[in-house]
Amino acid sequence: MARLSEDNIRLAREIIGRYPKPRSATMPLLHLAQEQDGYITNEAMSHIGELVGATSAEVYGTASFYEMFKFEPVGKFLINICGTMSCALLGAEELMHHAEGRLGIKMGSTTADGKFTLERAECQAACTEAPCLQVNYRYRYRVTPQELDALIDDLSSGALDSEIPAHGTVAKVRQSIPADRGVGAVNPDDVTEGPAWLDGKAAL
Amino acid sequence: MTTIDTNTTDAENTPPVDPNAVSITINGRTVAARKGELIIAAADRVDEYIPRFCYHPRMSSVGMCRQCLVEVEGPRGPMMVVSCMTPVADGQIVRTDTPQVKRAHEGMIELLLANHPLDCPVCDKGGECPLQDQAFSHGAGESRFVEEKRHYEKPIPISDLVLLDRERCILCDRCTRFADEVAGDPLISFTQRGNNTQVMTFPDEPFASYFSGNTVQICPVGALTATPYRFKARPWDLEQRESTCTSCSVGCRTVVQSSRDELLRFQGVDSDPVNWGWLCDRGRFNFQSTNSEDRLVTPQVKSGDSFTTVTWSEALDTVARTMRHARPGSVALIGGARGTNEDAFMWAKVADALGVTMRDAQLDDGLPSSIYAYAQATIDSTCAGGTVIVIAPDLKEELPVLFLRLRDAAEKKRVRIIEVSSHQTGLTKYAWRSVQAEPGTSANALVALLSESAVAAQIHSGAVTIVAGRGNLAESANHVMAAVDAAMNAVPSATVLPALRRGNVRGALSVGLAPSEGNDTAAILEAAANGKVDCLVLLGADPLSDVADGDLARRGIAGAKFVVAVDTFLSPSAAHADIVLPAAAYGEKDGTTMNLEGRVTNVVQKITPRGTSRADWMIAAELLSVLGHDSSVSTLADVQRDMAQAIPGFGATTTAVAVKRDGVVISVPVAARSNVVTSAPPRNSYEFRLNVSRKLYDRAISTLTSPALENLAPGAQVLVNPLDLDRVGAPEGGNVRVSNNNSSLVLPVHSSPSVPRGVALVPFNQPGADIRELIRRSDSVVDVRIESI
Repeated sequence: MARLSEDNIRLAREIIGRYPKPRSATMPLLHLAQEQDGYITNEAMSHIGELVGATSAEVYGTASFYEMFKFEPVGKFLINICGTMSCALLGAEELMHHAEGRLGIKMGSTTADGKFTLERAECQAACTEAPCLQVNYRYRYRVTPQELDALIDDLSSGALDSEIPAHGTVAKVRQSIPADRGVGAVNPDDVTEGPAWLDGKAAL
Repeated sequence: MTTIDTNTTDAENTPPVDPNAVSITINGRTVAARKGELIIAAADRVDEYIPRFCYHPRMSSVGMCRQCLVEVEGPRGPMMVVSCMTPVADGQIVRTDTPQVKRAHEGMIELLLANHPLDCPVCDKGGECPLQDQAFSHGAGESRFVEEKRHYEKPIPISDLVLLDRERCILCDRCTRFADEVAGDPLISFTQRGNNTQVMTFPDEPFASYFSGNTVQICPVGALTATPYRFKARPWDLEQRESTCTSCSVGCRTVVQSSRDELLRFQGVDSDPVNWGWLCDRGRFNFQSTNSEDRLVTPQVKSGDSFTTVTWSEALDTVARTMRHARPGSVALIGGARGTNEDAFMWAKVADALGVTMRDAQLDDGLPSSIYAYAQATIDSTCAGGTVIVIAPDLKEELPVLFLRLRDAAEKKRVRIIEVSSHQTGLTKYAWRSVQAEPGTSANALVALLSESAVAAQIHSGAVTIVAGRGNLAESANHVMAAVDAAMNAVPSATVLPALRRGNVRGALSVGLAPSEGNDTAAILEAAANGKVDCLVLLGADPLSDVADGDLARRGIAGAKFVVAVDTFLSPSAAHADIVLPAAAYGEKDGTTMNLEGRVTNVVQKITPRGTSRADWMIAAELLSVLGHDSSVSTLADVQRDMAQAIPGFGATTTAVAVKRDGVVISVPVAARSNVVTSAPPRNSYEFRLNVSRKLYDRAISTLTSPALENLAPGAQVLVNPLDLDRVGAPEGGNVRVSNNNSSLVLPVHSSPSVPRGVALVPFNQPGADIRELIRRSDSVVDVRIESI
């Protein structure tokens, strides 16, 4: 835990190679770190800084902008219950209270067994399906308290493991780009004139 | 008849049109500007003040604060633009005084003050605060914001020297921009961007930059404060005079501020050819040492093991008597680089009067003064373009603001830096080429590097400057001089920027304290050790701390029959003196100083000298008259008059108004020397070659006696390559025995990838075991064994 594992360092180097400047890989590497540990540790941020040539403070400055990067341990399943207008009108508060009672924790905290984290979310853009929630960013629509109970049962038993991977899992960084498919990354600093098709019509 | 091309003739008769010249109108005034210039900069030049917080002329524009809105005539009528982000254009019509602009300025102030705590009465910035001032000059005076303000814990330390109050912060990005763009230490950043944006370090990783104090100076509100000045004074109680920092030889312009006869703060002044307004933290905060309780305040004579206070006349009589009774040629003088040109000049006069040949302003830790015999460069000429060959110490550690200038030149791609060093320095990552050569091999490494085709093409493509200084104190200065010669041979037209570090070393060497052949500090100490020195004058010099050969220094000080220390503190060497004369410190005397490029600027007195201490030149003048020589000197102007007559080039500087601004660069002729041939013995593979280099913070007396800085020295340690750490077999941070035939000592070992294999890097003059015990100057390089214990 903490710093990137040997396997992930290999993957990190491949990801860095996709960009003209190593720093550009900061975001995918943060996803990779979150996938590894379920959240982003300070050690991982320092490690990413070393890999891309940035200071830890710069990595932290970037990472902390993003709501979906977590800096505290998060349960295997992150349940975001929407609390914005449509959902609020259609029972979001009741749903949250029910979830709190069922899991024995307050919104914004994690169960002792590290399985569930409850969060109140801003609008998830599914207002026609209110009240909605997300489990590790997978939607569940028009959720009733009974359906929430069933969902938690299924998550606990592992019945949904194939559909909902652990928090942090991101498929995108695991893309493999064959060497002959790359576009040939060019460092922006090395670009001294406009592209050929522009035919000198505009100054760079 | 020959046809005349009339177009050419016309072009010769009329001045060429500058393609970059544009003309704009600001509030009805026609202003000449240049393409690419920002509206706010053009307005500043003609004193049309536009309010601003984030804009800083030495940093890139970011348009963070939106306070500098102005109206520019556009195709659809006047439009509001941010003047720090909008470049001038020919025919542009700018207005800063319309009701719409006033309304915009008032709105911005109101917005910036929405979350500002308005705790001006308890804020250090109150009275000199751009936010406070501009709220008065450009604000409405009323706020419609009635909601609860944002609250944060305050203040929180972000380093040993700087505290952050996030409630006061207006997020102008000046400190974070400075850390990234200017210092190259982006250890602070905007975090939690959004509604909770705040400047913050990484958790548990402080803003440990050598330049952190600059962020406090450029903060336009009271968000950043420095521990040495917090709650010490109100700005309206401060008196100030412009001066020059002499903590190192860069010669940054500063303003010295005091209250109730106590130095309280140094602020950087923007001198275009030198420091651009920046200071390093050591130069900014070591004013504390002037105020130290430990200052020498009375002359003292050694009786037995302790000192007895005496009067000045008794003290000077004793010194004069000793000098008169000394055997011919047995008086020696070491030092003078700490004081002003006038101090050094008057002590050189004393030396002349006594026929002293043994004199040296350096402490065997620099380069021969013949380094000034090469064609000389300035900081500006070095950074202007071409190639810079750095054969010098880690400039970030020794000459920090020169590092900033070189870093800027490299980052803006004006110059390419070629560095030859014994370990990776602060400059390495900005260098175009950097080789880490084993001590004793830098000349060979440089020759090899310069013969590479790409490097050869580079050095012949434009101007070449050689920055030359003494990096490794466990390596003979001849190796540096040989490397300089190698570079000069490759590029005979190159100029040299000497990087000797001590404050006024160039001034002292120029006005009469340069050693003649064979009479440098090492020779003086050797003579003293052999009983040939009857009177040794230490002019602010501390050989026991600064001479790299610790054994030589000890034998020399012990062997001198009578030691006179003229100093501000009882340094380790002064403690061995027979008589101690208290000298006025920085900020307590007027005069001039010369920086590393030969630029003469003034230093000023702001407070009265502590106790009965006096300026060194006064002590010398009085000593001269006690010795029976009429010096005809009673004021500083007299000294400057004599100096102008005696030292070529000084005539133009000592009375010029220019020395009070950016100074005057002068060149004092120095004898050249013949090329040296160096070689280093092969290294036994069981041993490490020693690299002893200075850090910014060490046991220098001005650092030790400044409470803000005294704990910042990293401490004695030995750094080796990570692969060598395995070979040593010691754990990271474990103790190892470092030994050679001379001595043996125990140091903690750390691994560092910046140290090449086979080299042991030990910081100089750090608290803890003293590496100088292992160094003998007779060895051109020093090898040591490192064993796990």
